[in-house]
Order: sequence, then C-alpha cells, then structure tokens
Amino acid sequence: MRITCPNCGERDRREFYVKGAALARPDVGAGLDEWHDHLHLRDNPASETKELWYHEMGCGAWIEVCRNTVSHEVVSTRLASGAELGGKR
Amino acid sequence: MRIAGKGLMQGAKPVTFSFNGRHMMGLEGDTLASALLANGVHLVGRSFKYHRPRGILTAGSEEPNALVTIGSGAQQDPNIRATQQEIFEGLEARSQNCWPSVDYDVQAVNDLAAPFFGAGFYYKTFMWPSAFWEKLYEPIIRKAAGLGALSRQADPDACEKAYAFCDLLVIGAGPAGLMAALVAGRAGADVILAEEDAHMGGRLLSEVEEVDGKPAADWIAQMLEELDNMDNVRLMTRTAVTGAYDQGTYGALERVGHHHSRRAGLPRECFWRIVAKRAVLAAGAIERPVAFANNDRPGIMTAGAVRSYLNRWGVAPGQNVTVFANNDQAHRTARDLVDAGVHVAMVIDSRHDAPDSNLYPVMKGAQVCSSSGRKRVESITVRSVAGEEKIQTDCLAMSGGWNPSLHLTCHLNGRPQWNRDIAGFVPAPGTVPGLTCAGACNGEFSTAGALREGAAAAVEALVELEIKQSEVTLPQAENDLYRVTALWAVPGKGRAWLDFQNDVTVKDVKQAATENFRSVEHMKRYTTQGMATDQGKNSNVAALAVLADATGRGIPETGTTTFRPPFAPVSIAAMGAGAAGQGCKPQRFLTSHRASREMRAEQIEVGLWYRASYFPKTGENTWRQSCDREIGLVRNHVGVCDVSTLGKIDIQGPDAAKLLDFVYTNTFSTLKQGKVCYGLMLREDGFVMDDGTTARLGENHYVMTTTTAAAGQVMAHLEFVRQALRPEWDVQITSVTEQWAQFAVAGPNSRDLLNGLLKEQIDDTSWPFMACGEVEVLGVQGRLFRISFSGELAYEIAIPARYGDALFRALIEQAKALGGGAYGMEALNVLRIEKGFLTHAELNGTVTAFDLGMQGMMSKKKDFIGKAMSTRPGLMDDGREQLVGLKPVGPVKQMTAGAHLFNPDDPVERIYDQGYVTSAGFSPTLGHSVALAFLKNGPDRIGDEVRLVDHMRGIDALCEVVDPVFFDPDGGRSRG
Amino acid sequence: MRFSGWRVLKEGLTGNKGWTPHWRDPEPQPEYDVVIIGGGGHGLATGYYLAKEHGFTNIAVLEKGYLGGGNVGRNTTIVRANYYLPGNSEFYSHSLKQWEGLEEELNYNVMMSQRGQIMVYHNDGQRDAMVRRGNSIINQGDDAELLSRDALREMVPILNYDNARFPILGGLLQRRAGTARHDAVAWGFARGADQRGVDLIQNCEVTGIDIENGKVKGVQTSRGVIRAKKVALAAAGRSGQAAAMAGMRLPIESHVLQAFVSEGIKPVLDHVVSFAEGHLYVSQSDKGGLVFGSYLDFYSSYAARGNLPMVEHTMETMQAMIPALGKAKLLRSWGGIMDMTPDGSPIIDHSGIEGLYLNCGWCYGGFKAIPGSGNAYAHLIATDRPHGAATKFRLDRFRDGHGLMDEEATGAQHNLH
Repeated sequence: MRITCPNCGERDRREFYVKGAALARPDVGAGLDEWHDHLHLRDNPASETKELWYHEMGCGAWIEVCRNTVSHEVVSTRLASGAELGGKR
Repeated sequence: MRIAGKGLMQGAKPVTFSFNGRHMMGLEGDTLASALLANGVHLVGRSFKYHRPRGILTAGSEEPNALVTIGSGAQQDPNIRATQQEIFEGLEARSQNCWPSVDYDVQAVNDLAAPFFGAGFYYKTFMWPSAFWEKLYEPIIRKAAGLGALSRQADPDACEKAYAFCDLLVIGAGPAGLMAALVAGRAGADVILAEEDAHMGGRLLSEVEEVDGKPAADWIAQMLEELDNMDNVRLMTRTAVTGAYDQGTYGALERVGHHHSRRAGLPRECFWRIVAKRAVLAAGAIERPVAFANNDRPGIMTAGAVRSYLNRWGVAPGQNVTVFANNDQAHRTARDLVDAGVHVAMVIDSRHDAPDSNLYPVMKGAQVCSSSGRKRVESITVRSVAGEEKIQTDCLAMSGGWNPSLHLTCHLNGRPQWNRDIAGFVPAPGTVPGLTCAGACNGEFSTAGALREGAAAAVEALVELEIKQSEVTLPQAENDLYRVTALWAVPGKGRAWLDFQNDVTVKDVKQAATENFRSVEHMKRYTTQGMATDQGKNSNVAALAVLADATGRGIPETGTTTFRPPFAPVSIAAMGAGAAGQGCKPQRFLTSHRASREMRAEQIEVGLWYRASYFPKTGENTWRQSCDREIGLVRNHVGVCDVSTLGKIDIQGPDAAKLLDFVYTNTFSTLKQGKVCYGLMLREDGFVMDDGTTARLGENHYVMTTTTAAAGQVMAHLEFVRQALRPEWDVQITSVTEQWAQFAVAGPNSRDLLNGLLKEQIDDTSWPFMACGEVEVLGVQGRLFRISFSGELAYEIAIPARYGDALFRALIEQAKALGGGAYGMEALNVLRIEKGFLTHAELNGTVTAFDLGMQGMMSKKKDFIGKAMSTRPGLMDDGREQLVGLKPVGPVKQMTAGAHLFNPDDPVERIYDQGYVTSAGFSPTLGHSVALAFLKNGPDRIGDEVRLVDHMRGIDALCEVVDPVFFDPDGGRSRG
Repeated sequence: MRFSGWRVLKEGLTGNKGWTPHWRDPEPQPEYDVVIIGGGGHGLATGYYLAKEHGFTNIAVLEKGYLGGGNVGRNTTIVRANYYLPGNSEFYSHSLKQWEGLEEELNYNVMMSQRGQIMVYHNDGQRDAMVRRGNSIINQGDDAELLSRDALREMVPILNYDNARFPILGGLLQRRAGTARHDAVAWGFARGADQRGVDLIQNCEVTGIDIENGKVKGVQTSRGVIRAKKVALAAAGRSGQAAAMAGMRLPIESHVLQAFVSEGIKPVLDHVVSFAEGHLYVSQSDKGGLVFGSYLDFYSSYAARGNLPMVEHTMETMQAMIPALGKAKLLRSWGGIMDMTPDGSPIIDHSGIEGLYLNCGWCYGGFKAIPGSGNAYAHLIATDRPHGAATKFRLDRFRDGHGLMDEEATGAQHNLH
C-alpha cells in the first residue's frame, strides 16, 4: 500500500501511522452527545472515507487521506491543516 | 532414462547428489526431479492421508507430490519441491512423511481403511468419551500431522529483504513476458523481468518449436542477450512473484542460495518488495490432470511435464509411454517421444475428433478408467466403445487441458471468469490496478498469440507511463488453435484422485455434495480439497467441475474458491529476514551506556532503550542488596541516574503557551520564565494519557518532558493538535530526546555535587524548587532543572548528547567524593513509590484524573483536550478504583504488583473485587514494603484494612490503606 | 442422523451411501418470529440456542453467502477465557464452559482441544500486568498459572530463550484454553439449529430493515420481503452496514485482520503461544500447519485482505521469538473484517428500536465467544433481559463511560484494540 504525502510524494504505507476517521472536533461547549458521536460513532462506509494518517517516519505531517475501504484506492490526500478539523471556538 | 543428444543441457557437467542415502549422478542444470527420473526413480514420497506412493506429477513449483527434505541438522529444509530444487554437488535429499522408508511405509495401512476415512469423517466421530479427545484421539491424529519435519533448532541460514522500484514489472519470462520486456526495454522504461524458473524462456524451454525461424532456445538466447545489455532492464531468475498488493506493490521471493552448497555472505533467499507503476502478468498456465481410478500412481504425470523432462532435460520418464488427453497439445508429447526414439504404446483421446498420427497409435473417444502397479504404474485400463482393454505402460502422460495461471489477479479479490472455449477460467480484466495479463495466463495458448499479447501489454503500459514506444516486429511462431473438450473425471467405481497430496477423490466431493456442502467453499473446507501445499493449482478446477456436476449446476454458477497470497510458499525466515536475535527492533543506547557497563550495571529493556537496572558492588549477590544501597545513597548522600529516555519536546513560537494550555489540563501560559511545572495530559476520551514536567525557558520557549513509554505517542499527539486542530497557531515542536543527555542528581548533597562542576555556583535562592535555566558545565552550555522524582533535594542537568558520557562520568566521580554514586531503575522505582509518584504502572490507560486524586488540576477556565469527556458520569463515579498507598499489617509481608484487593471478610471472588496493586517494593528507608494500588472509594478508606491476594505468587496478606505519599508527606526535603 | 464412530464404521462398510444433508436448504417463509441476520458462528449459535433453550420454532438465519463464510471461517481458532476486566471475565468464562461440552451438545466433533494457551512476557511490567490478569482469571473461577522462564522452557522448548531482543522471561498459562476446528463450529451449530427447525437460508442478502413507528416489522432481502417480530443482527464485519439499514450509527470501525497458515510440518508446537511483544499468536493445527497472526493492518477496510507491512511484521516477530520455525513456509494469508469498538469489547444489547437487537463489536476475538454469545444473545432476544454473563456488553457504556472494558487500555481509538 502506498500513500501520497503532500510534502514527500508517494511513500510506503509502513512510514505512516493511521489514527482513524477524519472528523472535526466538536465546537467548544458541545455536549456529551456530540462528543459521544465524535469519538465513538462511525459512518464506517464501504466506499470512500476520509481518514487521518501521520507521516511518522517521514516529514511528520498529519494528512487527511480519502481512501476507498473496499478497493483500497487512494483517491486524494491533503494536509490535515487544511481540513478544518478544529471545531468552532 | 537420459537420452543422448536430447535436451538443452548438452555438455553439462556431471553432479553427484544423494536421495534417501543413495548416491546418484545427474547433470548441472538438472532439477532433483529430472535427475531422479534420469536415474529411473519414480517413487519420491507419500500422500498425506493414505500414505499412497507418490511420484513426480509436474515439472514446476505447483508440484503436489514430489516434496522432499533437503539437507540435515539445523539446516534441514522440509517440503522442497523436487521439481524446483536444482541439484548441486553434494546435495542431500530424502523422502518425507513415511516411516521407515518411502518404499515400505507403515502408515500405508491407512489406505486399507479408506472407506472409513472419507470426507469429513472426523467431524462425526472421536466424540466419546469427551476426555479422550485430548488424551487419545488427538495425539494419534497429531502424530500423523504434517509432511516434512523442521530441525527444531534455530534456523542458521541468513535471508535478506530488499526493495525495488520500476516502471514495468513483467512476471514470467516465457514468450509473452520476454516480448513485453523487450518492447518496454527498448522504449527506455525501467523494467524488471522476474522468472520463477532458473532459466528464462518459460514453456518454450520444453517445446520443440521455432521462433523467428530459429530454434526456440536460440531465440531465447538472442532475446536475453539484448535485454541483458539494456541498463534499464533487470533480469531476475529464480524469483517468484508471490503476491499482488495495493498501489502496485508486489512481493517476490528470490531463491538465491538453494541451487548450490552454502556460501559465506550469500543469503539463502531474498524477499523483495517491488513497487511497479505497471505490471504485465505473463505467468503461463498449469496443465491439469484427469481424474480416473488410481490416477495417482508414480509414473502418471502431466503430458506437458513429460515434454519438459524430454525436451529440456533430455530425460524420458518411461520407455513405454501412453498418453491420455482431451486436447491437441498433448499429442505433442507422443510426437516428441517418438522423435526421441521412445516407444509410445498408445495415445488415448477422449474426443471422437482427435487428430490422427502416423507416428503413434491413437484411440479416439476413449478414456483411461484405471491403472495398476504398486509403486509405479504398470498398466492402464482403457475404455472405449469396443469395451475395456488393458495396456502395459510405465509412464502415462495425461492432460485435461490447461488452466491459466491467473492467481495474482485474484489477490485483490478479483474473481476469474469462465471461458467455455478453453474450458477454463481466465482473469477478469482490471482486477489488479495497473496489471495486464498476456499469453497463456490470459487464455491465449499459442506462441504467436503470447508474443502478440506480450507486446500489446507492454505498449499499453508505455502509453500509461507516457513513454514513447519504439518499433517492434513480432517474430513468426507456432500459431496452432487450442482445441480442447472438457473432461474432468472418468466415470467408474474406484477412487479417482483430484487433490493428490491431500488424498481428495471424486467420491469425497460427491459425498460432500450429498451432505449439502454444495457451496464450493463448503466443499473445499469439508474435503480439504485445494488446501494442500499447491493450494489447488492442479486440482481446483476439476474439483469444482465435479461439484457442479454433482449439484446439477454449471461451473460458472458454482463459482471458485479464492487464490490468496503467496503464489508459491515463502519461508518465514525470508519474509521475516533480519529479525532473528537482536534484529527485530532497533536498540537505543544512552550516552552513559558505556560507563554504566564499565560499572557492571545490569541492563534492562525499556521500550527500545536499554537502561541501567542497578550497579552491583563487590559482595552484593542480589539485585535487592544493590537497590537498597542505592536508595540509601540518594536518601542520605547523593545519587546520579541517567533519565535521558524521558521524552523531551522543544516547543517554540508566539503560541507555544496556547498549545500547552490546550494539551495539558492545567495552565502553562501563566508559568513564569525560569520555572518548571508538573502537567497532566488527557486523551480526548477523558482518560490520562501522560504526565511530566514542562519548563519555560523563555517567553515563547518551553521544553516538555514525557514519560519514556509515551514519548512517541505524545509527540504524535502534539503534532496532531498543532497541525490538524490548531493550524492557525504559530508554534513549532521538535523532539529533542536524542539531542540532550539528562541526568538526575538527587540527595541532600546534590547541590554540593553540582557546585563542584558548574561554572557559576547555585544556592536555594538562585535555584529554588522548580527553577530552571541555562548553566555552564564542563565548559558547555547546559540546562538545569530543580525537579525531583525521588522526593529529595534534586536537580536534573541536561547537556548536548555528545557530552553526555563525559558529564555522566564527572557526576559519578563527584558523587563518590560526596559518599554517593550511581543509582539504577530499581532504586528509582522504589524512591518514587515511597513518594507516591506515578509511572505508566499507574497511568495505565484506564485511569482518570479523578482516580489519581488530580481532579483539582483540571482547569475550569479553559478548554483542553479531554475536558468534555472527562466529565462523563462513568469517569467521576465514586465507585471507581482510586489511588492509595498500601502497607502491610503486622510482621513484614510481601506485597506484589498485580495482586487484587478484597475486604477481609469477603470471599476471594471476582464480584467482591475491590482493586489491584500497580507497583510494589521494599522501602529500606521505612523498613517495610510499600505499594501503590487502585482501590474502590480508596481515599475514603485510609486506615482500613484490605486483603491482598496474589494467586500467581501465592501471597495472601492483610494491608493497611494509607496515603500514597509514604515518605516526607509535606515535601520539605525536596524544597529544602 | 446421529453421528458416531459406529455410524462411520457402518457407512464405511456399506459404501458410504447413507449420508444425508447436514442441513436443509429451505425456501424463506413470509414471516418468522425471529430473523437473524448473518449465518456465521454467532448467528447460527443464536438460532440454535433460541430453538433449544427458549422453545422458538419459527426462526430464520439469513446468510448472504454460504454458512460460516465470515470470520468463523477465517480466524486463528483460539479459544480462551483469560480476560481481566469485569464484564469480559464472566462472559468468556461462560463461553469456555459452553465450549467444553460442545461436541456432546451438538453431536459434532468441533475438535475443541484444550492444549493450553501461554501468554509470554518480556519484562517486569508485562509480568505484573499478567499477574493482575491471572489473578482476575482465578477470581472468576477459571484457571491460570504464572510460569517461570524455566517452567516455560520445559513446556515449550523451541522459543528463543537465549538470544531474543526482548527476552522471554516467562508466561501466563491457561490450561483449559486451546483451539477448535473453526468450520466445524459453524457447521455443528448449523446442523443443530436445522434439526430444531431453524430455517438456514443461504444466498439471501438483507437489503433493508423495515421499521414502523419505532418497531421493527421485518427485512427486505434479495429473496423477497420477510416479516419478523424480532430482528437480530449478527453480521460482524458488516455490522455498521447492517445497522445503517435501521438508521443507526454504531461505535464501530471495520478493519482488516490478516491471518496466516504455513505448509504442514511435523508437530513442533503443542500449545497456543502468544507474545506481549509484537502481538504474535501462533499454534499448530492437527494437520501440521502453523496458524498465526498479529495486529490489524490498522486502516479501515472491508476488503478481507491486507498488505505486506503487517505480513512482514508478523513474520519478523516469528523469527525473533521462534527462530526454529524459520524454514516453515507461509502457505496462505487472508483477511477477516473486524468490528472494532472504542474499548475493544463487544456489544450484545437492544438497539433502542423495538424488536431490533445488536450483537457486534467482537474486535479480534469473536471466535472464542461463539457459544457464549449465541447463548447470551438468544437469552436477550427471547426474554428482553440480558443474560447474566453478558450484562456489561451495553451500547450506552461509551456515551456514559460506565463499565468500559478497555483491556488494551488504549482509549477511544477503534483500531488500537
């Protein structure tokens, strides 16, 4: 499996750590239900999904990877810094 | 029998090898199989279940029968295919799964009991009485398990792993693969041509035909010469591509050292990870046997294998050969044998429209329905409209047609498609992105067709790669139509084998269908069809045809089982190369490592690090003696300990304080410059991730420490927060764990010690408790932190790592002068338990700030990671297990980590469980054992007695619940 | 037909002509009392126990492929009851007891082999964690023993005791743990359920769950509409997809876990051995193949196949821990789809929709749970109350934080359990 790091180009999967679904952090002041949804519940699609990967053995970038969970095709990648995952403050 | 002048090995050197202790001669270039056949040996092994005699079926890696053990002692290598193993001077091979010998195998008695050993019989019996399974039945079954044997010794042979990258990977070097490589190579693409065999050429090596107007072998040589001269083409023989993975990654096994005696410095095998932008699969095809009664005897081989032995190795596998076929190609076997002067007794063709010959007799519309002979076929029985007829023969060449070698196209879950014209499955296009099939593996069986498809596949790849192609003309070659009429199993009464190794017969498949194992997967699993070492390469299609017939369905509706990696078996040593012994993970050594080894310190693994456990002095016989002494050094004088393994993260930028406020539960933006503060870090789910101290070195400059265990996790977490959650903040973070050596200097004399080394003297006013700053030590800029993990007056001094060794030695020397010395992890652990300080024994991933009594550290004024979820009801519940200290009641008793706690009057059962001990040790300072534990409602039970039970170590003791800070509870020593 | 040695003998003497189907292939009926979605180990066991212990006679198990084609047919066959947290402890203890009588219960030889399972530790911290676990196991009433290095060496001599990067210091042994023949478990429950009148319907994919006014009414399938009073999910690997048909999102990510088998070799390893370093687990089957695995591939996947990095990690750990297996050859690798939950423990609970029940989230460990899970799930479906051994497998524990069973202690990140 190969993942394209926006900084480094295509690299072997073993350079990366994968965290899970790429979801925006709930807004400040969000309640328990929103947090429960964020941390636990998953769409878990059998199709394209967005995940957070970390180029741990490379440049250290956190990356949002759009990937197909059935074919394993990597559709697109971008730096997580552009994915607006921080939630409202 | 070797035929003079026949084969491609003219002038090859003779080689001596041994088989079952018997010395034999072969020729360089022989496989063990061709050499054995040249020596007239057909009986090579025994089948798995019935221990039936087994000969050589094929001439390739798909061989199910002729599996042998090579070598002896620790190097003994089981389950090696005789059809693949090249012989060399001194090679030792022997039969396996037989006792006392392959000729007389006691377990052949199983064959007599075959009626009781049908498909799935073991699911229906061996159930009574129930205790007998482990005691009686299973041990007997287990005795019969397996084929070859391992030596039980550590594998002494080296293997390697390697990476390769290319524009185009061509898998298989038959006519299609050679052509693909040539087209792509000439266009300038980076090409890897991987061939499983020792020689390139594929099926052409085994056939008598011309390509481009010259003998095939000459054409191959010409192709290889051109390819070899291209810098952009890498030719890899003895390299089987074993798996297709995502994004153009392929696994491949190169047999580097199997074909000669061991040579120093040369690995036995190399496992390659090949990343290819495009790939061409040109893996050829595998001929399939026909199922008829007793079709499993030695001497019964595939027709193509007979041609291989004859045309490539110059060996006739019999002197009175018969051929049984359902396709035209197999008639070539008879033709070539006759040309070589070998008698062909009969060609039996199941088709009424089979071609005639004036070289050999042909029976059309006839079938071989049985064979006889014990350890080698002696005769066959042929059934035709004229009735049954026995024909004497010492070798039957059979062909049920060819199955494309499409295995790799299934590795990404692709399903092959049924092709009626060839009565076989062909690959569905596009099942492996970037991979195109060409030639026989694509169902195109003529040489001309293979050349055409190989060239076309390369052109397709070049277009995708945007490489301009050059002119290539296709050479003239054999262009026969492939004519076949399906024939899977000849009707009859006897046992007709499908899976030769696992002894699965047509009857077994039919019985499975009768018992409603009608799904092809059910049939496979119930009968073990296709689960042998060939993974059904020889037998799956016929078996599913039999199943389709038995269930009244067509083959396409019946479906196939799945081919999965690896294409051919790969040794664990090859895929795990480099990991034996110390190689499985990197080793991290401290700058003090050499000095502490000189001090005879015992080393222990902490993650990837090695740390000094204790420093034994002459006369100390146990770790406890050293540990107790070292604790005394710290409590009474001064001790020095390397703490560099703690994670150190440098955090700089205008928003550094914001970042810290966000990742810690407590506030760091208000920390004064030159001060250190303890911080608690949660995961987003509200549980504790880590703790540590963070120092503010400047307005926008902090240095965070993490625990050793969580250093990587915290770094990734901080990067996540910075990059993904708060990308707008101007802050940079860098791990500096390896850049700084850091030593704890702890004990009443620690300040004196430091003043002996620092350029500028310190005192309590200039360096109060929790102060930090830069210092000059040994003429180098270092950092000094007044923090304590022992409860004593203590400092940690950091210095660039290249001076770590010098500083450690200087510190030890100074410490000795002050009555102190080095202390290790054992002493450090007891010192911190005495003070109730935490490590990952307590911060074990399931504790909350509440459990630690640190809820007061969770700021109410700001948002921080984990804040929301830490207030979940379940995380603040009074009934949670919370941190306490334990000390024994009464005379000295041991307390142990991992023990569980109970109320003294309760039964010791799970439902009465009150908690567990996380850390324990003997405190020489206090004269009794001390332990930290998590106890339900712990803080409310100070002074209560609890019962500590450790079944594992046989300990049952009463303890008193105490505050987790055993020693110097008001902290006067560290401040003073 | 009752299976026995006598029956095998009699059939062998009479040409094996008397064998009959192990189960029927019924057409789906228009309505059932209970429809179970998923004909794997858990679904089949649930059908069996509903019929046997709760008197249900009108049940269907719907399977989109073939019976036992999911994770029950693609695992490393380990059975054990060595968990340390309440909730898991009592459940797996219950399940192991069910395993111990399963051949007699089902009249099917599932080859439950109590060969003993050993968890090897490599440092003091791991040892203390295993002691805590061992004590939990004993307190639950199951068996555990802490083995010294010498005792372990005597029991399993081929491990790397002399030259390991992470030294082998000892192990935690559970003698009653072991392996079972995975397919036979599915087939045994299928046959038992079928004999009790449960309709096992293969090649029947559920495409929708009908819910009216918050109450389940039935399912849409590739073989038509089937009405049902109760619908029970047992579709591990596809749980999220199945629940989505009821408009639910589950606390589950689907992940691929690879497993491996070597060519058959003469027995060298009689126990199930797992290692704290590298997460390797390995046993040798009665056919001689080494059966082993380690971690998930860690990325979410429905592909039931994996990639080389985890293959190589697994082989590297084998080389490090058992170098005598270096010349064994990997024969086949495959993948199963795991329901990964945020605490690594499963869910057997009401869905919140009347008549719809959940059995999911088995993470790495669904195989050993099969009889216990079927038993407990049947109890829940039949009585609407949790079985006494499965009271903690609640769906609401994640939201509230009560009773989380995070055995790996890695927190709410699905792929870390």
